[in-house]
Amino acid sequence: MTLNESDARHLLTRTGFAPSPPQLAPWIGLGAEAAVDRLIDAARAARFMHPPPAFTGETLRTPLGQLPDEDARKAARQQARRDTLDLAAWWLQEMRDTLAPLAERMVLFWHNHFATSVQKVQNPQGMFIQQQLFRTHALGSFSELLHGVARDPAMLIYLDGAANKAQAPNENFAREVMELFTLGEGQYREQDIKEAARAFSGWTVDRADWSARLRPRLHDGGSKTLLGRSAAFDTDGALDQLLAQPAAARFIAGKLWREFVSPVPDAAALERVAARLRDSGWRIDAALRELLLSDAFWAPAARAALIKSPVDLTVGTLRQFEVQLDSMLPIARASAKLGQSLFMPPNVKGWPGYTDWIDSTTLLERKRFTERLFRGVETGAGGLRFDADAWLSPLGAHADREPDAATKARIEFAVLAASPVNPLPAGTVGLSMLRALSLDPAFQLK
Amino acid sequence: MSSTRREFMRLSGAAVACSGLALPGIPGAAWAQGISGRLQPAASASDRVLVLVELKGGNDGLNTVVPYADPAYAALRPTLALPAADLLRLDGALGLHPSLAPLMPLWEKHELALLLGLGYPQPNLSHFRSIEIWDTASAAREYLDAGWVARAFDAGLRERGRYTAEGVAVGTAGLGALSGARAVSLTSAEAFVNESRLARPAALQGNAALAHVLKVEAGVLQAAEGLRNPDAPALRTEFPVHGFGQAVRACCAIVAGQKGRGGVPVFHLTHGSFDTHRGQLPTHAALLKQLAEGLAALREGLVEAGAWDRTLVLTYSEFGRRARQNQSGGTDHGTAAPHFALGGAVRGGVIGRMPDLQRLDESQNLVHTADFRQVYATIAQRWWGVDPQAVLNGRFDALPFIAA
Repeated sequence: MTLNESDARHLLTRTGFAPSPPQLAPWIGLGAEAAVDRLIDAARAARFMHPPPAFTGETLRTPLGQLPDEDARKAARQQARRDTLDLAAWWLQEMRDTLAPLAERMVLFWHNHFATSVQKVQNPQGMFIQQQLFRTHALGSFSELLHGVARDPAMLIYLDGAANKAQAPNENFAREVMELFTLGEGQYREQDIKEAARAFSGWTVDRADWSARLRPRLHDGGSKTLLGRSAAFDTDGALDQLLAQPAAARFIAGKLWREFVSPVPDAAALERVAARLRDSGWRIDAALRELLLSDAFWAPAARAALIKSPVDLTVGTLRQFEVQLDSMLPIARASAKLGQSLFMPPNVKGWPGYTDWIDSTTLLERKRFTERLFRGVETGAGGLRFDADAWLSPLGAHADREPDAATKARIEFAVLAASPVNPLPAGTVGLSMLRALSLDPAFQLK
Repeated sequence: MSSTRREFMRLSGAAVACSGLALPGIPGAAWAQGISGRLQPAASASDRVLVLVELKGGNDGLNTVVPYADPAYAALRPTLALPAADLLRLDGALGLHPSLAPLMPLWEKHELALLLGLGYPQPNLSHFRSIEIWDTASAAREYLDAGWVARAFDAGLRERGRYTAEGVAVGTAGLGALSGARAVSLTSAEAFVNESRLARPAALQGNAALAHVLKVEAGVLQAAEGLRNPDAPALRTEFPVHGFGQAVRACCAIVAGQKGRGGVPVFHLTHGSFDTHRGQLPTHAALLKQLAEGLAALREGLVEAGAWDRTLVLTYSEFGRRARQNQSGGTDHGTAAPHFALGGAVRGGVIGRMPDLQRLDESQNLVHTADFRQVYATIAQRWWGVDPQAVLNGRFDALPFIAA
């Protein structure tokens, strides 16, 4: 299969962000396998484009509980909010500038899958450390990633793993690791949660050096019966027992499907992705390759079948129009306003996504975002730079002239994943057309 | 709760309903039977207004509805206990914070009910998680996406009328319990109508994703159309100048302007922050004063709009605060707390009982005496006439705070 313009745009949008015409051009005419392999290879080799915020390399902040009084705690909480916003802005900048968008998409996918919020962890440095774990394994082994997450200090705090003692079990992590991270609801019993909680017991987090340690005296070393097998499971043993369930690969494959293909997986095709995940020893890149080369991914029904997330809409629009900005802080705030505060997913289930992204409030906010962007283009506000003529010229159009019908169709294709809903009034010039298309309902699709 | 009391509530819950609730399209479940027509505050459920007032940050219930006669109260709060002589005494056991004086006329008219000890099992002490539990009416370990009000619309309320919007959240604090309904958030109706210029009418078309976007966009236009009302007469009521007073003004203006239009059945207002970890006394007194002034203005504005008899106002908060005060003259995150229900159709009085100050849970917090979902069940059943089990995913006994 050779990629035409529409195929290439579908692949790039789903694995990264909507491309600008020059970003799209080199992919047209490639074989599907070659294109997918190129994307995956680039993602595996991805490096930072910009250094992370300085605070990530500084000595760890004093834990809130060790500060002398409420004033000091208040100041620390304000600092943590600023740090979190800086970290989000840096990440969005990476997404905007990266040459390997699939890598950033997968890091965001894992942030959503292993949802952890700084609002409970209370340490943006710890959130950065957790993100490094997601980066290391973004396209690697899901098994290694899961084992890493189970001993990640931010996760141990977020799901109370650090409060789970043999003497006083806490089932929070045990429940969510089965329901949300590996198996899905209905694949285990309440008794399995109790047994798994015993296996996971004994971890503590030292907030002074952000290390996790297993304390033998707090760990329940007895025999547990987990999902039909009895052994003296510890954390690693229990996780491996979860991954040994047939439901596990199916669950992860389903999650990948909804991220990359469509809201409702096709059972037979999903089984092939799940089998690839199992046979490859839990390689995420192998499963992703299977998924992206499946007929279902390329089927007409999958085109424009997903709804842009706030990150897709904000970063994607900047990338698509090659808009330059002095600071990404306004983009971090905009994404938050649209319902996606990075490092602050609403709960352990992550962002519900798809149609939940859009209600009357967020839809108007989305339109205001693109409207302000194009108004800023005209005024240069906020250091916003967009060269409309340079963007339009490869399509044969100009900012201040009305395009002919064929040119109009090329512009619509370059901006929207589906045909526009609203007709454009006669006499609309190039730049106004871009603004109008960004307000079209079809602009919310990918 | 004693079994006789629970039995009483169940019986009264079964008997009380409104003839206006027996509209077509309601599934003929057992809860809808026994309709007696004794409650007559409004012609139909679609005319009714529910105003949810969220006290953000966790309001200190013990210093709002004060168990002044219990010696444990003063013992737990060496410097925060309010002197009994200052309180607005309701009976031999309870008194309101003196800042709540503007609510006393409502109390005397039996338009104010105190719902004591509201909470839920396995309480969560995180602001974010606990308000999500209240907004979605979930169990502590259950994660639901839609707000409980949205589920009431799904359970039959949607078909009752062609609403301007299913809900309006005043302010920028998000949709809360309205999340998932055809609700809009705005600071003023004029500003929303102005922003709606970005939406365009279009026929439903395309795949499920596009159809969803178009449905939402149509909802924006419908709300804007219903809210666009340049000829609406201004209310004479004077609203407090503070933020909460102005939110109340926006709410009253919309209700008054909906005469002859689709109506807005639910509002969400917010006030606070009540997160009083330190130096609580002056902050809390000021916040409660604004709350009471705003609620009194809400009554006045809705009486003027002719809507008070069909309005139910409910306060809520993610949690109460710790029974024992902390070292900074404040209180830390807690659990159960009392809340207010007010309106022309409310049966005034004290509902339920205070948590026992001598029997705290393992985190030294109050143990709830009523589940907040009982309040929602009451609203579902008796205010809207929809199946409370469909709204709440479980059985919760109604509380007798709606007039019968």
